[in-house]
Amino acid sequence: MIRPFVTIAVFIALWWAVTAFTAIPPFMLPTPQAVAEALWGQAGYLAANAWVTFCEIMLGLFAGTLLGGLAALGIAASRTLQRWLWPILVLSQAIPVFALAPLLVLWLGFGIGSKVSMAVLVIFFPVTANFLDGLRRTEPGLLDLARTMNASRLNLLLHLRLPAALPAFASGLRIAAAIAPIGAVLGEWVGASSGLGFVMINANARIQTALMFAALVILAAMTIGLYMAVDAALRRLLRWAPGG
Amino acid sequence: MVPPGIELRGLGLRYAGAAVFSGLHLTLTAGEFFVLLGPSGAGKTSLLRIIAGLEPPDEGLVAASDGAPLAGRVSYMAQQDLLLPWASALNNVMLGATLRGQLRDAARAAALLEEVGLTHRAHARPAELSGGERQRVALARTLYEDRPVVLMDEPFSSLDAITRVRMQDLAARLLAGRTVLLITHDPFEACRLGHGFTILSGSPARLAAPTRLPGLPPRAPDEDGILHLQGELLRQLAQGGA
Ligand SMILES: Nc1ncnc2c1ncn2[C@@H]1O[C@H](COP(=O)(O)OP(=O)(O)OP(=O)(O)O)[C@@H](O)[C@H]1O
Ligand SMILES: [Mg+2]
Repeated sequence: MIRPFVTIAVFIALWWAVTAFTAIPPFMLPTPQAVAEALWGQAGYLAANAWVTFCEIMLGLFAGTLLGGLAALGIAASRTLQRWLWPILVLSQAIPVFALAPLLVLWLGFGIGSKVSMAVLVIFFPVTANFLDGLRRTEPGLLDLARTMNASRLNLLLHLRLPAALPAFASGLRIAAAIAPIGAVLGEWVGASSGLGFVMINANARIQTALMFAALVILAAMTIGLYMAVDAALRRLLRWAPGG
Repeated sequence: MVPPGIELRGLGLRYAGAAVFSGLHLTLTAGEFFVLLGPSGAGKTSLLRIIAGLEPPDEGLVAASDGAPLAGRVSYMAQQDLLLPWASALNNVMLGATLRGQLRDAARAAALLEEVGLTHRAHARPAELSGGERQRVALARTLYEDRPVVLMDEPFSSLDAITRVRMQDLAARLLAGRTVLLITHDPFEACRLGHGFTILSGSPARLAAPTRLPGLPPRAPDEDGILHLQGELLRQLAQGGA
């Protein structure tokens, strides 16, 4: 429990040492004190924008997980969907999300919609792929047992393959929690009037580097906190799974 | 529920062109406990899977003595207990009903758990149970299906000697009256539980003529003659079932 704090303390000490003993100008690398001052001095402004980004992330995570989960279930349940949808999903990964960001802002506007969509785009595939992998890997012995029990296809999916795939689904969800913020902030960089990404772009343009770092610190803390919360919740829910 | 007898008529199976077994003939008498032995790799599991309808044979057929199809009248107990790790013992017992979308009879499942001596563990998950307890839940799940034919593939092989003897008694008592085919590597188990046995061996494997065991199962572990029977069986196994 103490290890993360030691790591952070060492990191800050190193950072401070670099700013104190090298000639790097503060507008390139502000001191830890300056960043702390920015955090404190602009707390209201940062909190308001962090809240916007947080909402975008949570909405994106929710929608992306839901859509990804349904897509995986659909592909697992229907051979037609598997033949048509799955290749499209795999191919879609060849398009860099960065390239889509300006388009989404153009189509959905400067508001929260384009950011949530970006987050959904980023997490959709990992969620679907992990879940689908789990759905396809049901223990063959269990499938045999279910066959001798005259299981219907739908019940087999709902009561056996789905719960058996939940640990794999959880892996996808953990990845999603870690990368959803990337999608949201990416959307904000391209065009927004609020959010931590907007703060960074703005501060960068005005060479308020300390403020930019402050936004970055908040974003990192938010991402780590989200990941740990999701991880803890999944561990609780999937206590039956080995190593879960 | 009148159990049917089972007839294997000229069963053959090939994997990648190589015959595992061919020309298997065997009649299982209705309501009896029959044991199948044989060296590893002879094809015992494959044979059981064919009878269970999980795999088609390459030649021959499996028929019930009453002429009706076997499908839906067979339950299968594998070497692994195959319990769902997320479900309680009670829900595992009722798995069949869940998968068929039927109403689940919790009272009957609880009664079966009582029969196998696990009332106090009904709400435990499989990870919280010992190996013997898990096999007992699997046995209760098999009984919940209430099928007249029961196929068992080394269900007790991973248990210690004492637990195994207890499981054998339990199985003999609770499965009495059904047509049972049990695979085992253990001559002692065969001699305790079987009305008769046969050996599958050779390459491609063939079935030896079935041997009837004297008296009625379950025979006590210290019953006179069990040791003698075992010796006899071991000798047959060593000679490749000849
Ligand atoms: N799916 C498969 N594909 C190819 N060969 C297989 C397959 N399943 C089994 N075999 C082969 O068929 C033969 C019989 O296998 P089987 O599992 O029926 O043996 P067994 O008598 O049950 O052995 P054991 O006592 O070790 O359980 C073995 O040689 C095995 O390698
Ligand atoms: Mg086997």
